[in-house]
This record gives sequence, C-alpha cells and structure tokens, in this order.
Amino acid sequence: MTAVAPSVEAPRQIGGGLLDPRQLWKSLPDALRKLNPATLWRNPVMFIVELGALFTTALSIQDSSTFAWLITVWLWLTVIFANLAEAVAEGRGKAQAATLRRARQETVARRLVDWAPGQSAPREETVDAVELRQNDVVVVEAGQVIPGDGDVVEGVASVDESAITGESAPVIRESGGDRSAVTGGTRVLSDRIVVKITQKPGESFIDRMIGLVEGASRQKTPNEIALNILLAALSIIFLLAVITLQPVAIFSKAFQGAAPNTLTINEHGVTGIVLVSLLVALIPTTIGALLSAIGIAGMDRLVQRNVLATSGRAVEAAGDVNTLLLDKTGTITLGNRQATEFLPVGGVEASELADAAQLSSLADQTPEGRSIVVLAKNRHGLRERDEGVVPSAEFVPFTAETRMSGVDLPGDGATPDRRIRKGAAAAVMRWVRENGGHPTEEVGGVVDGISATGGTPLVVAEHVAGQPARALGVVHLKDVVKAGMRQRFDAMRRMGIRTIMITGDNPLTARAIAEEAGVDDFLAEAKPEDKLALIRREQEGGRLVAMTGDGTNDAPALAQADVGVSMNTGTSAAKEAGNMVDLDSDPTKLIEIVEIGKQLLITRGALTTFSIANDIAKYFAIIPAMFAVVYPTLDGLNIMRLSSPESAITSAIIFNALVIVALIPLALRGVRYRPSSASSLLGRNLLIYGLGGIAAPFAGIKVLDIAIVQFIPGIS
Amino acid sequence: MSTTIAGVFFVLSLVLFVALAYRYFGDYLYRVVSGTRHSAVERLVYRLVGVNPAGEQSWPVYARSVFAFSLLSLLFLYGFTRLQSKLPLSLGLPGMSPHQGWNTAASFVTNTNWQSYAGESTLGHLVQMSGLAVQNFVSAAVGIAVSVALVRGFARSRTQALGNFWVDLTRITLRVLLPVAVVGAIVLIAGGVVQNLSGGTDVSTVAGGTQHIPGGPVASQEVIKELGTNGGGFYNANSAHPFENPTPWTNWIEIFLILLIPFSMPRVFGRMVGDRRQGHAILAVMAVLAVASVILVNTFELLHNGTVPHAVDAAFEGKEVRFGISDSATFVAATTLTSAGAVNSFPDSYTALGGMVPMVNMMLGEVAPGGVGSGLYGILMLAVITVFVAGLMVGRTPEYLGKKISAREIKFASLYFLITPAVVLIGMAVAMATKNRETMLNVGPHGFSEVLYAFTSAANNNGSAFAGITVNDQWWDTATGLCMVIGRFLPMVFVLALAGSLARQRPVPASAGTLPTHRPLFIGLVVGVVVVLIALTFLPVLALGPLAEGL
Repeated sequence: MTAVAPSVEAPRQIGGGLLDPRQLWKSLPDALRKLNPATLWRNPVMFIVELGALFTTALSIQDSSTFAWLITVWLWLTVIFANLAEAVAEGRGKAQAATLRRARQETVARRLVDWAPGQSAPREETVDAVELRQNDVVVVEAGQVIPGDGDVVEGVASVDESAITGESAPVIRESGGDRSAVTGGTRVLSDRIVVKITQKPGESFIDRMIGLVEGASRQKTPNEIALNILLAALSIIFLLAVITLQPVAIFSKAFQGAAPNTLTINEHGVTGIVLVSLLVALIPTTIGALLSAIGIAGMDRLVQRNVLATSGRAVEAAGDVNTLLLDKTGTITLGNRQATEFLPVGGVEASELADAAQLSSLADQTPEGRSIVVLAKNRHGLRERDEGVVPSAEFVPFTAETRMSGVDLPGDGATPDRRIRKGAAAAVMRWVRENGGHPTEEVGGVVDGISATGGTPLVVAEHVAGQPARALGVVHLKDVVKAGMRQRFDAMRRMGIRTIMITGDNPLTARAIAEEAGVDDFLAEAKPEDKLALIRREQEGGRLVAMTGDGTNDAPALAQADVGVSMNTGTSAAKEAGNMVDLDSDPTKLIEIVEIGKQLLITRGALTTFSIANDIAKYFAIIPAMFAVVYPTLDGLNIMRLSSPESAITSAIIFNALVIVALIPLALRGVRYRPSSASSLLGRNLLIYGLGGIAAPFAGIKVLDIAIVQFIPGIS
Repeated sequence: MSTTIAGVFFVLSLVLFVALAYRYFGDYLYRVVSGTRHSAVERLVYRLVGVNPAGEQSWPVYARSVFAFSLLSLLFLYGFTRLQSKLPLSLGLPGMSPHQGWNTAASFVTNTNWQSYAGESTLGHLVQMSGLAVQNFVSAAVGIAVSVALVRGFARSRTQALGNFWVDLTRITLRVLLPVAVVGAIVLIAGGVVQNLSGGTDVSTVAGGTQHIPGGPVASQEVIKELGTNGGGFYNANSAHPFENPTPWTNWIEIFLILLIPFSMPRVFGRMVGDRRQGHAILAVMAVLAVASVILVNTFELLHNGTVPHAVDAAFEGKEVRFGISDSATFVAATTLTSAGAVNSFPDSYTALGGMVPMVNMMLGEVAPGGVGSGLYGILMLAVITVFVAGLMVGRTPEYLGKKISAREIKFASLYFLITPAVVLIGMAVAMATKNRETMLNVGPHGFSEVLYAFTSAANNNGSAFAGITVNDQWWDTATGLCMVIGRFLPMVFVLALAGSLARQRPVPASAGTLPTHRPLFIGLVVGVVVVLIALTFLPVLALGPLAEGL
C-alpha cells in the first residue's frame, strides 16, 4: 500500500519498515498524548514506570538534587520513548488511511427500483451513497464512481481499482462467475454495469481498510495477551521484591550505624528515587515498551504487501499454520500447458517435426499453440512465420469432433500437396490410417510415456499427396511449474509446513506435477466440497490450515480454513468468507503471509528474551550501588567497576531508556527471519537476543558511566 | 584431601543409584499411577470412603477432593496435638498451645514439616505415630497425585478427566510409600536407628548426673520422613541425632530415600506422555541444578572461608563429626533441593555462602528435583513459561508436548510462579518491619539470614530450619503456618487448572517447526529461566544477608 494514490506506482518495499528519523519527531505529539494514564494503564509495565516517574518527580521537588532530577527526567523519557514507538507504528498507518479517505468520496448513487434480471428500463432514483442498504441495486456508467461494495448482476465494464490496490491497470468486472465483485470508491472506465450492493452502511471495504491501517479496530492478539499476562506477572514479582527490600534496608542501615547517609540510602532506608530506579530497571520495560508497536508493525508489513487482514488473530494464525492448500493453476504452475519437447518417431529429424508442428500452429492462438511456435524458435531456430508468409495455406481449426487442428499446404508444381495435423493421439492416428498410413508401435510408446509423467501428448502427422500418411512425432505439452517453487516448498518443509496442491487434473497428472513442484501431497479431481472435507480432516488432526480462493464456491472452504486469503478479483462471498484479502490477487503470497506471521511472533519472543536477559547486568549495577555504603563487601558485586553509586544507577536508567529507542527500528522491521527448523531458529535467536541481551547492558552501562554520567556535577 | 575424595565418592555413588532408581523405580511408579486394576485392600478402602474408583474427575472436582482431604487432615491433626494429654501413650506430655497446634498441623499437612516444637519433649508416641507419621505418608501422596494429574493434562486430549484423586492417593500410599517404608525402616533399624515404644530411660552420666534418653518408634517415622520428602524429625536435632541417623551409611540411605521419588517422577512424566526423552530432559534440568548446588555447598564448606573456620582449619561448627563436612553439606543440599527439610547439620553454622546455597535451592521453588510430586509440577510449570518465551522465538504459538500455551495456560503458570516468591517476600518483610524480627539469635546480616531462611523454608514447604532464630511464639507460628498453607495449596489450584486446560485441548502434531523440548538447548534454557527469573528476584535480599556477610 505504498502506492495508494492512483498516479503513484512506487516500487513496493518488501523488506519494509525502515525508520525515518523524521517520523520520530512527527510522532512526538502523539507520544506525549499517550502519557494520559487513562490510556496508558492498558500497558501495565509502562504504567508502573509512569507512576514511578510521578513519584520521583514529587520527591525531586521536595528534595532537589542533580541525581534526583536526572533520574526523574530519564524515567519520563522511558515512558515517552515507549509511547513514541507505538505512535510511530501507528503513524504509518494513519498516512495510508488519509489517502484512502480521499478515495471515499461522497458519491451519489443511481438506485434502480424494482430491478429484475433482464428488465430493460427500470425506474431510477438518485440517492446519497451513504443511504444505500444491502440488496439495493444501482447502475454505474463510464466515468462514475461505484457507490458501494457489491456484485455485478448485469453487464461488463472495465474498472479502475487503483484507489485500493495501487494498481493502475484497469480490471474487468462482469456479472456471473468469479469476477463479479466491485468495491465502493473505484471508478468505472467504460460501459455500464448494474451492481447489487452487498455491504452494510458504513461497513464498506474502504471503511474496513481505514480502520485496519489506522489500528482503530486493533485488538490484542491471543499471543500478545498471553505475553502481557507474563509481563504483568513479572512486574508484580519485581514490585514485591523492591518494596519488601525496604524493611531489610532499614534494618541493615541501623545495624551499620556508622555508615554515612547518602543519596542512595539513609536511616529511612533506600531513597525513593533509588527504589523506583531499581524497579524500573528490573521490570521488562524493553518488551513492554515495544510490544504494541511490534503488533501494529506486523499488520503494517502485511499492508505493505497489499494484504489486508481483518484481524491480528489471523496474522498470528498464519505463523502457526501447519498445512498450506495451494491451487495448482496460477499458484504452482504458470497456468497453461506449454510445449516443452519435440519427440520425433520413425527416423524423422527433430527439426522436421518442429517445422511441421510450427506450421500447423501458426493460426492457433491458444496458449498451447503459441508455446509450440515459441519452442520451435528456441530449440530449432525456426523463425516465426506470419500466417501470410504461406499465402495459400489453409488452416484447419480445432473442433471437438475431430479433436485435431492443422494446415493444408497446396502444392506449387515442384512440391506436392501437403497436409499436417496435430491433436490427440487417437484422433491423429485414425487420420493417418484413413490416409493409407501404418503407424508403428513407436508412437504409442512415446504417447504413453508422456501421459505417465502427467504431460499431454500432441501427435503430429503429415500426409503428402501420393504417399501414405505418417506420424512425424509427438509434442510434449506440460504444465510448467513456476521457477523457484521447489525451493519455496523446501523452505516450507524446513519450517514444518506441509503443502498440499489442489487441482482438477486427474491423479496421474496431478502426481507428476506434485512431484516436480516438490509439494508434499495433492488433491486431484478436487471439487469444492472435497476441499472443505480436506480442511476439516486436517483440522481434526489439530492442524491449522491456510488457503487461498476467489470463487464463490471457495467461500465455505475459506471460512473453514484458519487463514483464508481471498483474492481481490474474487467474489464478495469469497472476500467475506476469508480473513484476509490480497489486493494483488497473487495466490503465491500466502507463503509470504505465513512468513510475516512467524516474524511477528519471533520479534516478540526475541525482544522478551532480550528484555529479561538485560536484568542480569542491571542487578550488578544497582545492588552494589545501593548497599555498598552499608556493607562495603558488596562492592564485590560491582563487577563493572562503575565510578560511583549515583553514576551506576543513572547509567542503568539511561541505558534502559535508550535501548527502547535503539530497538524501535527492529520492532518495526521485525527480526530477520529465514525459513529454517525450529531448532536452528531458536539457537540463532538465543545467541543474538539471549546472550546479546546479557552482554549489551554490561557494555552499555559501562560506556555511559565512563563517557558521560560520571562527569555530570553532583553525580560522581 | 581424603575427605574431599570421600565426599566425591559419596556423591558419585548417590548419583549412580539415583540414576538406576529413575529407570526402574520410575517405571514402577508409572505402572502404579496408570494401572487399571484395584487390589482387594484398595477396593475395601474405596468402599469405606464411598468413591467409585472408575469415576474420573474434572479439575475442579480433583482440586476440591485434594482440599477436602487436606482440610480434614488439618482439623484432625490440630485436634490431636491439642488433646494429646487425654490420649494414651502421651508420656505425660501436655497438649500443644493453639498457635503451635495450628503450626504443626499446617506443617505436616502441607508436607512442610517445619517444627516449631522439639519432638522428644513435646509429643507423645501416639501423636507421632498416628498423627504426624500418617500425614507424612498422605501429604506426600497428595503431592504425587497432583503432579500425576498435571501430567495427565499433558498426555490426554479432548477430555475433562484428570483421574480420580482418591484412587491416586490410595494407590500411591499403599503400593509405593508403604512397601518402601517398611523395607527402609528395617534397613535403618539394622543401621542402629531405634524403634520402640519406650517412654525413655534415665541413666547416670559419667559426671554423676542423670540424663533422660528418649526412645520411641523412630525408624518407622524416619524412613517416611525422607521418602516422602517430609523432613519432620522425631527428635529436635533431626537427622543429626544419633538415634535418627547413627552412621555415615545410614546418612547415605537417608539422602537416597530423599532423592528416590523426586528423581523418579520425570520418568513417570516421560512414560505417561509417551516420549521418554521428555522425561530425560526434565531429569537433566533437575540434575544440572542439583549437581551445581551440591558442588557449591561442598566447595564453600571445604574451603572454609571465614574467621573461625580458618582458626580450626575446617567449617566444622554445627556439623556432626561422624558425618564430616562433605556428607553434611551434601545432606543439606539434598534436603533443600527437595522439599524434605530434614537436616543433619544446621545452615546457621555454615559459612555465609555455604548457608546461602540451601536458601537459593528453596527459592528456586524446589524444582531440582523438588518434593515428591511438587518438584515435578514445579519444574513443569517453569518449563511451560520457558516454552512460551522460546516458542515465540521460533515463530509459532508456543506449544509443549503438542498442547498450546496460550493466554489461559500462561495465566495459570504465571500465577503459580508468582505465589511462592510473593509469600516469602511479604512474610520476610513483615517480620523485618515489626518487632517480630527480634527473636533472631544473631545480629546484622546473619540475623537477617535466619529470618529470610525461615520464610523461604515455610513458603516453599521445605521445613528445614536455618536454626538460631526462635520461631515458636504466637506470631511466628501463625505467620509461618499461613505461609505453608498458602505456599502449598494455592499453587496446586493453578497446577490443576492448567492440567484441566491442557487436557481439553486437541494436540497439535509435531513438525520441523515445533520447538523440540528434549534437546540440550531447551534444557539449558529452562535452567537459565529458573536462574534468571527466580534466583535473581531474590538477589537484593540475598545481598543484605549471606552475600553481605560472605563476600
């Protein structure tokens, strides 16, 4: 959705989510607004930090010192940085929503009263688009904007859908079939269509999109809720650990009566500033600050790939998917059979066969026919001859009756009359026999061989006047698997995802293509109800299923699947049934959706691990700073050799705040994800975010201490 | 160095036998809890109690059964201790005070066996035998039953049924605890542990005075005290008393009995979920933590850092000469790694850091290997939390043994692991903030360690005492009693609730995308979570106690 405005066709940013520093600045007002406790309490970790900051502010006013104010300021900054992360993530959505709003113009609808199919002149009335109800019927003509979501019930038109897809090329929408859905806010470019409105008022596709990209309808996803519970529990434990420390501190200070009162501890125990600092350092602020930004950015990454998810739950479910159902045509294969080989028989040269096949296909505009011409050119250097090059040639079109096509080339004295036929083996062989030929067993062998591999054999034969007809050979037509599919399926397998190919082909063909593409399983001769049954079966075994679909008959399966991605070109029924819509209508995108879902969860897990691992260093910074003055032996815990207690605590708090800002780009972009097994993913992420999480604060706090904090007057 | 080598052999021989027990005794336990046949005695019990052994319970019913049984036990034991003087075999001793009665009843019903009384001078034989010893059996059986219910939650799918508490309780008591206790008691008697109903003997001492030598049914109680990880000694001196633990080899037997069931439970887990490797992994987590702990206590004690130990060239204060440093240190490690709390020496006299290790062992929630049953469910709850964080890192909704760990499950696991630290910290803080801290024997950090240890031990249902501190006044009895009851039963609610939630789920089949929970990486991760999330929570208070003293 980088290109929402019709005119802009920016290259889509797939890596997506790089942070523009200006965004931070622009989001600052929002970040400050989010300090409102009435909204902040939803984030328990940050709410605790805010309460702590309020408390230290009061203490600083009461008993002012550089140290107290420094801590107070950085505590407020911690909360602001957290809000900033969320505001930046939301800000990107808001920009997209603004563009979408422009598309939702106030339109006037021409409602047809008493419309019935085939009725020539229904009564027409003009109403405001917002007054349209479900099942109203409207007419839209060239140049007009479609007033609401619906299905075309009459006519065919080209429609400019760039307002929602960013794709400037117009698309065809027609009544009946799977291309009948139109979206409100798009513009009819030519012709006239009658549309039956399917949306409820105010719930149009564009309304939903705006809500989604703005995050207005954002609800916490199941894993996010679970993680929030864990973070809240950790916060409570640390809160208790800090509060209950105070009586012990008072007792210890009294026991070591000779120990001086300092900014960190006095006869009333640990000072409030330091207690709050310890608490903030220990509770998982890093993940608490970034958690919602991660979720929003995850949705945003989908939007950038032109996929709209109706709920965050669906995005998470995508990460959990165990089984992918992929339609063969258009997803796994290029969509049409193509000639891949010329197999001559009976001593015929391959080039001779290619030449004959090419001649017979010159007038054949089917994709199969074109592919023969292309193959002849590529393999045998036969230049494409225009139909006119062979002036007297008479082309015989394919009919269901003859099951073959061909060309008749009249002789010119030097050469005799020549007729070429290509088609299904049985039909062409009969033609050969009828024309005096005696085909050998060889042709049958080749034909059977091709059939066995799932290909389609096309026999080519010629009959030169005065000679018996003979078979020249066989053209091997087959479904061509898209490049790179095997690698993608291998990657899926490493991720533990089973891929199942759905096809209407017979089992033999299906098996051959399945093997070539490297899918794990296939469903041949699939009817819609078979698909539904397959999904149910998988789910019975506890698996989560993802699928794509566009037709109305896909709707039940889309609804049943855990992740149902409907194509934007599809019917409204399909779009309603699924929980995601791909605006590009690219079925292959399902694989990317799964990866985005996984990346979202990994980012959360990695930053949680990082956040918890950070605590180790903070303990070693703050505990000796608090108590070494009472029990000098505790200076042994000051393994970072920080310059003074105040410097140690300040450095820890500053590090704690800065690490949030430092990780905002990571939260928005998501951690790097490469499809691999769970074991290797865990090992890698533990190494980076676990060990890194232990080491980073040791280094960071020490650097802050040496470089800055110890030079601040009143700290060292 | 010969003491060190002897200590190493002592530990290695224990490791070997515990490993054998894991394999064979674990399989036996598995057969007991998953069998379908009932013996004649058991059928009689069921008829008397009025339960249908074939009827399985959902988690609320299972939990209610646990609590009903425990409440009855509590009331019964309280009455017993209060009415002692009116009962036979009381040896003329009076009843307990209300607060001590409450504390003792709570202590034995919760498998804590914290003793705010001195056994030989407070309780007669009848209360010891039919009050305390009975609880030693059944409170242990309750722990095992609850852990088995949790494992059923993992192993079963699409069901409410978690087994029948009464059947589990009866079988574990009759088929596991009783037979082993009988054999163990005979072995201990052979080793010199006394077993009689004598009221004690008065003897003339060499100095010319008279001494009262108390006798009693010690061996029968000693064996279940260890086997059920109870820890309540017949005598005040517990396993340091020569009548409870006369020789180094009975010392070995007692440690082995402490470790026998807790280390066998992961095997039961592995067998029940149908994947032994999962059991090995849990065992490995326990073993790593346990071995590290044993080595640490031994090291701190043998290095005898500190003024007095340096002067006498050993950290011998408070340890029995017949056991030596190493056998004492290993005993203390074993008793706090489990929920036993029996002691053959007192940590108050240990080096500061040597005394800190048993405290940390308990703070970890006693999961390495923990109490009978409670250790297994404790480590499984921590494994659930580990799976959650690690599972997110592999890009899926976390799942453990095919069961999804979603909001509901993480809620129960979080509440579980919140309770015990909260109880420890709040109890400790209240004591330190009030005059009740003044019953501590020492001053400064060591005195504080006594208070911290007391609440750590009570809330974690360990029952061992640091010693030094006086804990039998009304406040301490009431407070520690509350800690024990909350620390035992509230977590059980969450364990059973989690079990119920897991059992209802349909399992997700494992694939290459599933986080493997039997590999070293995962084992290390659970250890890391235990240390970072739990041990570090206590670092601030440890800093003001043993660390301030020992660094």
